[in-house]
Amino acid sequence: MVRHLIRTLLSGFAVAAMLGIATVSAQAATLHMAWSQDATGLDPHKQTAFSSLRLLELIYEPLVRVDASLQIVPAIATSWEFSKDGKELTFKLDPKAKFQDGTAVTSADVKASFERILDEKTGAAARANFLSIASIDTPDATTVVFHLSQPDVPILTAMSDVNAAIVPAAEIKAGSIGTKAVGSGPFKLDKWDPNAKEVLSANKEWAGGATGVDGIEISVLPDEAAILAAMRTKQVDFALLNDPLVATLVPKEPSLQLNRVPVLAYHVLQLNPSRKPMTELKVRQAISCAIDRQEVLDTASLGEGKVTGPLTIPALATDPSQLFCYKRDVEKAKKLMAEAGLADGFSATVIGATGEPPTAAAEAQVIQSQLAEIGVKLDIKMMELNVYVDAWLKGDFDMAIALNGGRADPYTMYNRYWTKTGNLQKVANYIDDTLDSLMQKGRAETDPAKRKAIFAEFEKHLAEVSPWIWLYTSYSYTAQQKNIAGFTPTPTGTLFSLSKVTIQQ
Amino acid sequence: MNYLMRRLAAFPLVLLGVSILVFVAIRMVPGDSITAMLGTEAGLLTPAQRDSLAAYFGIDQPWFVQYWRWIGGILHGNFGISVTYGRPVLDVILERFPLTLELALLSMIIALAVGMPAGIYAATHNEKPSDLGVRIVAMIGQSTPSFVLGLLIIYTLSAGFGVLPAMGEFAPLRQDPLRNLSQLVLPAITLGFAFAASVTRISRSAMLDVLSDDYVRTARSKGAPARSVIWRHALPNALIPVVTLSGIEFGYLLGGAVIVEHIYALPGLGRMVLDAILQRDYALVQGSVLFIAFNFMIVNLLVDLAYVALDPRIRLGEQ
Repeated sequence: MVRHLIRTLLSGFAVAAMLGIATVSAQAATLHMAWSQDATGLDPHKQTAFSSLRLLELIYEPLVRVDASLQIVPAIATSWEFSKDGKELTFKLDPKAKFQDGTAVTSADVKASFERILDEKTGAAARANFLSIASIDTPDATTVVFHLSQPDVPILTAMSDVNAAIVPAAEIKAGSIGTKAVGSGPFKLDKWDPNAKEVLSANKEWAGGATGVDGIEISVLPDEAAILAAMRTKQVDFALLNDPLVATLVPKEPSLQLNRVPVLAYHVLQLNPSRKPMTELKVRQAISCAIDRQEVLDTASLGEGKVTGPLTIPALATDPSQLFCYKRDVEKAKKLMAEAGLADGFSATVIGATGEPPTAAAEAQVIQSQLAEIGVKLDIKMMELNVYVDAWLKGDFDMAIALNGGRADPYTMYNRYWTKTGNLQKVANYIDDTLDSLMQKGRAETDPAKRKAIFAEFEKHLAEVSPWIWLYTSYSYTAQQKNIAGFTPTPTGTLFSLSKVTIQQ
Repeated sequence: MNYLMRRLAAFPLVLLGVSILVFVAIRMVPGDSITAMLGTEAGLLTPAQRDSLAAYFGIDQPWFVQYWRWIGGILHGNFGISVTYGRPVLDVILERFPLTLELALLSMIIALAVGMPAGIYAATHNEKPSDLGVRIVAMIGQSTPSFVLGLLIIYTLSAGFGVLPAMGEFAPLRQDPLRNLSQLVLPAITLGFAFAASVTRISRSAMLDVLSDDYVRTARSKGAPARSVIWRHALPNALIPVVTLSGIEFGYLLGGAVIVEHIYALPGLGRMVLDAILQRDYALVQGSVLFIAFNFMIVNLLVDLAYVALDPRIRLGEQ
């Protein structure tokens, strides 16, 4: 009897074990991913949060993409061409491109998508990048012609963003963009439980070819130390990390690998040149000279990053040591303060957002101690992100610690702040004819070498007039198990290359 | 009975007060649903775009109109739609509540099962080394923040033993009880540790009080066995402060344990409310705060009723 029972139990275990193995191999091609902040919505034209973009890039496709070296490469469009006067931009679409509901991506969808972005009722923040589009022609199903009101070279880079994703015209008409995710990208969204989980499955009909995994399951683990713990126990294959303190622990784990790449976003101390005494050029320059950027980076971010000037795009950036006062010079700073009639210094408040970035408070503290040496008494005020954004957008601060997003094109990145008609002119509070005219030249210039020279001049001048003090760029971090192959980190932070990632056994 | 009716009748008034408070408070905080969604990119919007988004989020009307609409909806059982989840607020809350309730119950069980015997033991060994030991552990328990304990547990288990309960996808109790318990036991210990420490301290001092009462001395002098003196004579009277403490603590826990849910990635009420506040999901914040207030009132009422059961001398509601 007992023997029989044992035999039954053993055979039961054997079956269970086989089932277990079967389940494991069936699930082997699912990539288990984790991040601490979840996407906030599914409308690719409206979402601007970092994690929303990272999710939507896997589901939707724009006309073009930028690769790891920030070069424009095909996505839905296989080729594109500017007319000689720079006012006409023609795209040829990939005839194989299909939406996840099986319908082909046509020029009509492209037209409808851009019309939706341009429609003020949509509330698409990216609309600001496409204002030069005067009309859109669709001579045939795979050709789209954008007629521009003025030469606009940066528009092509702006079109590489998932905020310019092509969505089905039928879904726009049905009003279901944002509630249903139907894109033409490598993965389909099967399930989204906000702030908890996303389940993606491979889009077998993706024009870009077969994906390396059958699906991706993304878990929201709000604490990054817990993400690292889940990776140690192999529950998670791949994770996105924000906090350099956690990221630097990854290489200490033998089974894990840290991918890091410098990003386009920049840490900056924004001065408000409309408030006294920052109205004075010499005061702003004194602040710039009094700050040791490398020390800010070393102390606040464990040295994880690189000191930067205004331009963070590797192909365009000048060597920061050539820029105004990038070598700390306290004597010069004191002299400038004295010349401005402020030898005794002044008091000001600096605002920062708690946890956004995680290094904000530490940056503010280092800057506080550095500026104290020239008599500037800083009062640090940390705020919840939304409260901070509200004050920031109103330009209601003396100084602000910020982590501002970068773009692959300097015009798209900075026209909002440093042109006379920039949407965020009220935040920058600084109007400068030289900066404005250099921006306009950069927008129209098609020759890469000439563009580079224009923006080098722009950068040099911006650092010299010091409305803001650019500090450093940090890294974007992803951590992975060593058996995950094929991920390419990029300066834009995109996770698009997860489409080609494979899990080695 | 009269007392119960009167207490229940006060519920709507209190809830009305809470509804006004939460409605005004969340709107007084700078930033709105638009800045929550777009961050600094909200600065790129034209006034017409802003208006259109405000209409989408339902924040285009004056406050009193919004409030009136919301309250009117609640009277019809409609708590509004969460913009984050795209679903009715009440559905989202009720989906999260079982986990919160389970976690609160589990940590209370741990707290009472550990804290009460420890407190009684310490009281009966007053000023002896073992009493001192219990008091030191209780002091440590009370002063260790839950995030320190939680992270310490996670780190020790994952780095030292290579194990960790499945994180990310939470298994509801009815679906998979074993997995559910394995996911909740560590959070419950993390929460229960500090809770147990408070229970230990309060049951120790309550027990000491009662043990010095005349009736206990009488019982002892009449030759009642020590065990019976403690468990039959002293304990019931020492329980009242423990019930009060547990009731209040349990009421708080029903509002969600934000930090523990954050560390263990549990989809409970606390994290949901925090996310809703950060994302300025007004309907969800308002609905869940009302729900939490309601639970708190129920727990308070139950605690008051428990007093009567424990001490027949207490008559509720009588002048």
